Amino acid sequence: MRYSGLRVIREGLFGNKGWRPAWREPEPKAEYDVVIIGGGGHGLSTAYYLAKNHGITNVAVLEKGYLGGGNVGRNTTIVRANYFLQGNSEFYSHSLKLWEGLEAELNYNVMHSQRGLINLFHSDGQRDAFVRRGNSMVNQGDDAILLDREGVREHLPYLDFEQTRFPIYGGLYHPRGGTARHDAVAWGYARGADSRGVDLIQNCEVTGIDIEHGRVRGVQTSRGPIRAKKVAMIVAGRSGQVAAMAGMRLPVESHILQAFVTEGLKPCIDHVISFGMGHFYISQSDKGGLVFGGDLDFYASYAQRGNLPMVEHVMEAGMTLMPMIGRAKVLRSWGGIMDMTPDGSPIIDKTPVEGLFLDCGWNYGGFKAVPASGWCMAHLVATGESHAVARRFTLDRFATGHLLDEEGTGSQHNLH
Amino acid sequence: MRITCPLCGERDRREFYYYGADDYLRRPGEGAAPEAWDSYLHLRDNPAGITRDLWHHEMGCSAWLVVERSTITHEIRSVKLVSDVQEGGK
Repeated sequence: MRYSGLRVIREGLFGNKGWRPAWREPEPKAEYDVVIIGGGGHGLSTAYYLAKNHGITNVAVLEKGYLGGGNVGRNTTIVRANYFLQGNSEFYSHSLKLWEGLEAELNYNVMHSQRGLINLFHSDGQRDAFVRRGNSMVNQGDDAILLDREGVREHLPYLDFEQTRFPIYGGLYHPRGGTARHDAVAWGYARGADSRGVDLIQNCEVTGIDIEHGRVRGVQTSRGPIRAKKVAMIVAGRSGQVAAMAGMRLPVESHILQAFVTEGLKPCIDHVISFGMGHFYISQSDKGGLVFGGDLDFYASYAQRGNLPMVEHVMEAGMTLMPMIGRAKVLRSWGGIMDMTPDGSPIIDKTPVEGLFLDCGWNYGGFKAVPASGWCMAHLVATGESHAVARRFTLDRFATGHLLDEEGTGSQHNLH
Repeated sequence: MRITCPLCGERDRREFYYYGADDYLRRPGEGAAPEAWDSYLHLRDNPAGITRDLWHHEMGCSAWLVVERSTITHEIRSVKLVSDVQEGGK
């Protein structure tokens, strides 16, 4: 069923009786060409592009919970392409271009809003680093504008510019950055994949990966065995456990990252603002809630909730930056499980097992990567070759020393 | 989360710095192969369950600790000094 304004009017006139579920609830078949483990944003977009770009439609997405129940519904919805390093820069640039056409592509309103992202800086040294980053973004073909303090003030008059700890010197403005409705991204890709014949199978937990003579043969699941010619592991924070089923040990440590939302307020924050020195970033949802987050809780965790010290730290950072939010009531907080790698960059690669592929290690940055991750993973699974914009995201780069440490913070998993 | 330092007693989590899994205690020897260094620095069991982590009592006695902890519930099972764990060789 195609969605359109006309359709809404027509359904309204006829009692809304014509709407159909956005995807089927199929029983798993005995065999597929490709089985994707994980029905989150990346798994669903991979399924979609396998069908759309490569004509591979005999595909199942196996999700142990419900579609989009993990990190794709647990993030702060920021979409941006402001990376510096070659290897990252072209990938996120590609992703942002896919975002810009996503609603037309999926015939689904993902509420992509390019409201502009401003990264604040607080010292001369940081300004120099941001100039360099901005030039790198422009060279990549994306947009970056350096704002001085008055330039930031024009956009964000409500910030506390004179705060004693981190006075604001200026900001790097990325006008094409913004936000999207996170659940809708999962649902849009799910609907698109389903309509092209992909089976989306929920409440189906993978309990084993069958490997014979170094080649993948299928998976064992809570709903019985499923044979597959190729298997893709796309399970974010649970990558360690799933890869262990294939006898692999990954360069990943799972950490908890919290996020928060306030009660709905009238429009007051028009941009996405990132305050790196305070580990704080914020935007306002279309519903009016202030959506904000901070840094990891810093210890390995699979609990989808965090501890109070980081809650306190994030609130303090928010109050330092914009005291005006002090009267807003926090409505909810939650945690997502981040698959942290030792260099802060992801992995989209083959594994030592023939026919078994891996997409993981998205650290904090998985949401904006959903379209390009699916695009490149589908390319890899279909052709056996890395896509040009994802060729640096190899699994063996840690062993060979070809790290992609965007922030230059070192080899500890939790420092990125 | 509160951690009971063997030297200082029960303290708030904020006094401690998390370093990583206790793989860091098993540093390869000088002549070790690159794979051993990759494993030591990067690869992790990353268990969903009981883990053994290295913590530093940064704001207290500055001891390095091995903390046995559940990554599911954040329950802490035991806390030992690294010097005790490593006594008698690796």
